[in-house]
Amino acid sequence: MTTTVTTAQADGHATADPHALAAAFDAAVADEVRIEPRDWMPDAYRDTLVRQMAQHAHSEIIGMQPEANWITRAPSLRRKAILMAKVQDEAGHGLYLYSATETLGVSRDDLLDKLHAGRQRYSSIFNYPTLTWADVGAIGWLVDGAAITNQVPLCRCSYGPYARAMVRICKEESFHQRQGYELLLALSRGTPEQHAMAQDAVNRWWWPSLMMFGPPDDESAHSAQSMAWRIKRHSNDELRRRFVDICVPQAEILGLTLPDPDLRWNEERGGYDHGPIDWAEFREVLRGNGPCNRERLERRRAAHESGAWVRQAAVAYAAKQREAGRAAGHGADQEAGA
Amino acid sequence: MALGDDALVLAQRLGEWAGNAPVLEEDVALTNIALDLLGQARTLLSLTGDEDELAFRREAHEFRNVQLVEQPNGDFADTIARQLYFSVYQELLYGALAEGGSELAPLAGKAVKEVAYHRDHAEQWTLRLGDGTEESHRRMQRALGTLWRFTGELFEPLEGLAVELPALHAPWRERIAGVLGRATLEIPEGADRTAWSAGAGRQGVHTEPFGRMLAEMQYLHRAHPGASW
Repeated sequence: MTTTVTTAQADGHATADPHALAAAFDAAVADEVRIEPRDWMPDAYRDTLVRQMAQHAHSEIIGMQPEANWITRAPSLRRKAILMAKVQDEAGHGLYLYSATETLGVSRDDLLDKLHAGRQRYSSIFNYPTLTWADVGAIGWLVDGAAITNQVPLCRCSYGPYARAMVRICKEESFHQRQGYELLLALSRGTPEQHAMAQDAVNRWWWPSLMMFGPPDDESAHSAQSMAWRIKRHSNDELRRRFVDICVPQAEILGLTLPDPDLRWNEERGGYDHGPIDWAEFREVLRGNGPCNRERLERRRAAHESGAWVRQAAVAYAAKQREAGRAAGHGADQEAGA
Repeated sequence: MALGDDALVLAQRLGEWAGNAPVLEEDVALTNIALDLLGQARTLLSLTGDEDELAFRREAHEFRNVQLVEQPNGDFADTIARQLYFSVYQELLYGALAEGGSELAPLAGKAVKEVAYHRDHAEQWTLRLGDGTEESHRRMQRALGTLWRFTGELFEPLEGLAVELPALHAPWRERIAGVLGRATLEIPEGADRTAWSAGAGRQGVHTEPFGRMLAEMQYLHRAHPGASW
């Protein structure tokens, strides 16, 4: 793929002038040219992408836990099948995103090690517990809804592999979101106990979902640079307002209330104003002191560590097969003929 | 109904793996297999009644699944051994059903493709664990031995089924022996068909872990009688 940047490189600057490369990169980004893995890019751009994409991948796989928590207890076979399919999709999204991140010169194993060591983050939302079946619906509606609001603009992100991964992921996420909404609707219109269960779940997930958009604009460390690089298209607060505007009428249709006494229509702005977010709670969760931070990471580490012997077996087997292939004087392994 | 219960119970067990697998690819694979089995269970149970009534309102002694599928997941080798024994059986069973003219033939024709994939997955892992490291070999051999006594029940005659289950035993054993041979593993010794427990699950007699599994599976549905979800 020819971009402005590779053209600049191909013009015979064997020892390219870093200023010229940077200028060509900036021009390419400004022209909405997709940056591809073999293109030159500033180290800080690469680092930002690795950080953001790894965090995104980690969120997919840690995010399996709160929902998988209800697979064995789903109240109907249809709901169980939907939930299993969703958790399977999340593992798949994790795989796409790790692959996309690997195009930046890091390895999946290394990223997982950093996650397990607590040196890379995942979304703060997954540190909240799923206490009832209705939480599965609230996660679909609110958490996936917030994720989609965040991720749709990423389909136009300047880094090609990330943008393409997001196109595939957003399609599946919107499907999950509708299913979550439909789950809540069934509960809300069900027995009084089911309705109460749905309302309780929305009460617990509403504020954490608003926190998914990150700190307010005046406190967001990476925003300005990410917007200049066209990794990010809209500010945190802008996306958060957009999300609130979408959710309010949806809550009305559901017959559920949102737990915010200050929520009201702002005629002048043509949108909803919401009450203050508890940023102290947000910071505590990020610091590792949320309700489930410890459990989520422990569970992930335990799965990885108790699976070590299985991964070692697969590696040893592959090595033996290669050896046997060489000994037989050709590349075919035993299985191919079996 | 017995075949539906087999698929339902094994799907429930595999669902416990979600998020706990040794590699992400296995999270995908095990959940995928669980989903296939759950799909089979839903079709089969719907032939006899309401799928949710049957899954969530029956007591343990009313379930007709074989004891093999209710065995706890254990470590990855235990899960793979259970999967190998069962998927080879299911492939033979559905293959035979698909060829017959019974009401299950269309379902079996569809399911046999899924089951061939499950069997391949279990075989590939049996080879890797059996012929991998010393530890994986030891674990796989132990898992095969632990579950062996539950395999005889698979071939007990089942009333109303268009397939002679006892006739599948010889080809099943031959295939298992073939895979284990390639995996440098030994076929376990001891009773399978004549084990005292053979046939118990089909008569509603189950092992201890089954009651707990059902308690977890059914609690929410039972807590809200008459509710729809």
